[in-house]
Amino acid sequence: MPPSICAVCRTNRALILRPKDHSKLCRECFITVFETEIHHTILSTNLFERGERIAIGASGGKDSTVLASVLKTLNERYDYGLELMLLSIDEGIKGYRDDSLETVKRNAVQYDMPLTILGYSELYGWTMDQVVEQVGKKGNCTYCGVFRRQALDRGAARLGVKHVVTGHNADDVAETVLMNLLRGDLPRLSRTTSIVTSTPSLAPNKTGVADNTHIKRSKPLKYAYEKEIVLYAHHKQLDYFSTECIYSPEAFRGSARALIKNLERVRPSAILDVVRSGEDMARLVPGSDEGCGGACASATAAEEEVGGCGSAVGKSMASVERQLASNERAQESNLETEITLPKPSPAPSTTPAGPPLKGQKKPRSERSGGPKKKGPAKQVMGSCIKCGYLSSQAVCKACVLLEGLNKSRPKNAIEVGYEVQDVSLNSVRDELEATTLSTER
Amino acid sequence: MMSEEALSVKVEFSGGLELLFDNKKKYDLSIPCKDESGAPSNVAFLVRYLCDKVMKDPRKDMFVLDDTVRPGILVLINEADWELEGEDQYELQKDDHVMFVSTLHGG
Repeated sequence: MPPSICAVCRTNRALILRPKDHSKLCRECFITVFETEIHHTILSTNLFERGERIAIGASGGKDSTVLASVLKTLNERYDYGLELMLLSIDEGIKGYRDDSLETVKRNAVQYDMPLTILGYSELYGWTMDQVVEQVGKKGNCTYCGVFRRQALDRGAARLGVKHVVTGHNADDVAETVLMNLLRGDLPRLSRTTSIVTSTPSLAPNKTGVADNTHIKRSKPLKYAYEKEIVLYAHHKQLDYFSTECIYSPEAFRGSARALIKNLERVRPSAILDVVRSGEDMARLVPGSDEGCGGACASATAAEEEVGGCGSAVGKSMASVERQLASNERAQESNLETEITLPKPSPAPSTTPAGPPLKGQKKPRSERSGGPKKKGPAKQVMGSCIKCGYLSSQAVCKACVLLEGLNKSRPKNAIEVGYEVQDVSLNSVRDELEATTLSTER
Repeated sequence: MMSEEALSVKVEFSGGLELLFDNKKKYDLSIPCKDESGAPSNVAFLVRYLCDKVMKDPRKDMFVLDDTVRPGILVLINEADWELEGEDQYELQKDDHVMFVSTLHGG
């Protein structure tokens, strides 16, 4: 085969075949084109404001490393006027996170950005190693996801930063779209396709000071192929760390990721097409972010990106799995709750579609209002009575999980299995929900 | 016979794939210059060779699926995407550099 020539400069040998349009590019042109596209994404979505301080959720993995590198480059090239910093979460997993944190520390020097590392042990009193010792390897991802979501927000609040960017890429978004489609969960699908998954300005915050419930979340690499992210890192010789979380073995990963990668090989544009389809479907979902102008985004986002196992910025099959697991659990508790309602609405088993929003409760008024069924219920957001974190429940997910953990701590000696743990968590949640209901009636 | 002759190739693993290959990123290999059927060795043959002779990890399916490199693993032949070079039908030349980069692993 004669060497291909770059489609842009028509001089150098092409090394990259772009998945989105099959164009052939040389190393230099690819790097420029990749950066320029991220720049356009940022401009067209008005992602940043001049003078904004941005925390980059950094795991040391490819996505967050590329995100940090590209944002630094663009900030200097186009004079965004951003103040960039790195924020890493230490889940407390020996032999996994401690290694990748070394990479983040090197990144901080390479990119000349301040680095903050916040540990689960510091925030919650539990490292993931301890959680796993307690609940077993099977259900621990739920804990990790819930804890991380809050941890990034708390870290941002500590830094006085109101905007956290994460390295979620097009493949991640496409996976999530597919998984939600396969689950029939269109409301969640509509929430996860948005480039900004939390809109703080719509949540009242009189003080103007960053607190952990009003953090904006966005994913500037949303339209970037994972393949190109890896190639960018390779051709720019970025220093990144790749590993697999020791608690989420390959066998446990779902099939959406494999499906996406298989589709990509047959039809590379499929990934962006799925992302775009997700966005189009999102607009059709009643009460979606698009429909309500984002007013419900802030409400749901806190429980949304419960993902990102393997990296603080989402590596995602594991996170999809985790979401599935947590949804199933939430669904169970939801069903149980509905059964205990004083006014017997149609039994949950007779509603074919299941609860419209998994793990979320209908507004009180609608629930007591009888059988009329409208579009997906919106959440009523408040603050967790225990920790103050944004929550649709009286007590936020993390506090519920923590309570379960702390309660069963003594039982550790007789080796509590995951199943047992799960049941006790559900009963804790049910108790909580029961209290909420009774006080409000 | 010519098939006895060896072909030197440099093979590199990254993006987490090295974990499947003794945690070693770079290999200087001498592979037969003809494959089982006597045809010049191509990348498909190299992949089989890696699976049979080099990889000790039993999780072959994390590298190869359905007789080809697992989707999600990028293959670079002398830095170029293998799709630009004829994919696994590319005939290896002396001192070629073949790199396998996984996109499947997290950070």
